[in-house]
Amino acid sequence: MALDDIYKETILDHYKNPRNKRELPGAAVTCTRNNPLCGDEITVSANFEDGNLREVTFQGAGCSISQSSASMMTESVGGKKVEDAMALAADVRGMLAGEVDPDEDAFGDLVALKGVVKYPIRIKCAVLAWDVLQEAVSGGGAVGGAPRH
Amino acid sequence: MNDNGAPSDVPRDVPRDVPRDVIHVERIRKDFPILERVINGHPLVYLDSAATSQKPRQVIDAVSDFYANHNANAHRGIYTLGEEATEAFEGVRAKLAGFFGSPDPRTIVFTRGTTESMNLVAQGWGRKFLREGDEVLLTDMEHHSNIVPWQLVAQATGAVLRYIPLTDDGILELTDLEGLLTERTKVLAITGQSNVLGTLPPVKELAAAAHSVGAIVLVDGAQLVPHNPVDVVDLDVDFLTISGHKMLGPTASGGLYGRRELLDAMDPFLGGGEMISEVFPDRSTYKDPPHKFEAGTMNIAQEIGLGAAIDYLESIGMGAVREHEKQLTAYALERLQEAGAVVHGPKDLDIRGGTVSFWFKDVHPHDLAQVLDQEGVCVRASHHCAQILMRHLGVPATTRASFYVYNTMEDVDALVGALARAESVFV
Repeated sequence: MALDDIYKETILDHYKNPRNKRELPGAAVTCTRNNPLCGDEITVSANFEDGNLREVTFQGAGCSISQSSASMMTESVGGKKVEDAMALAADVRGMLAGEVDPDEDAFGDLVALKGVVKYPIRIKCAVLAWDVLQEAVSGGGAVGGAPRH
Repeated sequence: MNDNGAPSDVPRDVPRDVPRDVIHVERIRKDFPILERVINGHPLVYLDSAATSQKPRQVIDAVSDFYANHNANAHRGIYTLGEEATEAFEGVRAKLAGFFGSPDPRTIVFTRGTTESMNLVAQGWGRKFLREGDEVLLTDMEHHSNIVPWQLVAQATGAVLRYIPLTDDGILELTDLEGLLTERTKVLAITGQSNVLGTLPPVKELAAAAHSVGAIVLVDGAQLVPHNPVDVVDLDVDFLTISGHKMLGPTASGGLYGRRELLDAMDPFLGGGEMISEVFPDRSTYKDPPHKFEAGTMNIAQEIGLGAAIDYLESIGMGAVREHEKQLTAYALERLQEAGAVVHGPKDLDIRGGTVSFWFKDVHPHDLAQVLDQEGVCVRASHHCAQILMRHLGVPATTRASFYVYNTMEDVDALVGALARAESVFV
């Protein structure tokens, strides 16, 4: 095991330069959840257009794995159909469980999270943002009304 | 090694002013097989004894010897093995009583550790005696195991929980103690040593103050007992909880010291075999304490392992254990702060133990712990089951290094060296 199994350049880049880390004024849905293990908290906001996720942003603080995963998540699902975003969320979860071999084209930067599979206790960190996205989109914890498909 | 499982040639009486090597660390380290492990290419540097301690060969051997040569249920078999098991098990009870300065082995109830002991007191005493409006006084640095059991009892009885706040230095803010500790206070339940900050509250003084208003006093000894000399008569506390696995013993070993008259007055906690005197269709009568609280087959082998752990600690001397950890802590505070870490909690070594929580240059504790592991250094990164305290500190989690008899100054050096590696990755 080596450190760069988990802390790949891509992860450190998203951690140090997070994408879409901001409030989303007028968001259709916003959802906040935390990881009780470490107290990390992530808020995901999204708005929709014609059944697509138009914009997805996140806020919060946490370890490099939870923050980079959130950053990559916002990039990879922004503009996608809600169904496709949910399918990707399921695949990311599958990759982290060691059950899905990622399709590099579909996954893009997300492939960098694959190394987390070797560190079971960190999987929760990587999954957090995806859990919040799913909950936001399915209406759980929505403050801005139900998602408009 | 001598026959009773203690390290040989370890002085029993160590002068208090010896500056270095108050204990024979190198000899002690040879008793811990796990310290031979190599982790990620580095020798193991174990700095998480506050979570669970490592076990010396003497403890491992005692457990294995029990299973190999004496295994039978205690208090049941009318045969040689059964009598051997009972004698060994009850022998540990007497040993624990002696370790805490209690003159009476019947003041020791065996449990799986502090969490079970806390629940035993909260349910056995609290549910029976707390009334609506009664108050249970805790502190803002309690472990969840000294909060949640009281919340459960408060919900059932209408009792109210109150908390002694902390100062910015992580010690108890006692200026308004009179406002918190009143005629309404029925229980003062406090940690003897914070599992996060290492803070050693003034237990004896607080116990006296609580008794003066008629409250009973429970001390969470999970961190206090493994690292300090403790005398329940001198401290004058009513209950003290013990986690054997944090003091060189097996997991699921431990117990509860309780004042006789309180143990007599309380209800049982768990019902079942061996705790009863007579069972009728609608009711039962119970054995006298401590057996009233020991339902079902007990953790016999584990407690026997704990007996070996106590022999081991007594051969070193708890005063020497405390002194050794004080030296390591002094060195760790100095090195960590030099390296740019912010150490939480008091810096005065007389009011803190060898549990050091810190925040390092905005590297998240999870990331820090992961990088340290690559260097063979084991630390804890979490809220440490103390979320109320984390809110007080204003952090989601901390990185915690905690020391014990087998740790050395070189372990502190390894920790600080690994911090530099983390800095190069994340900062």
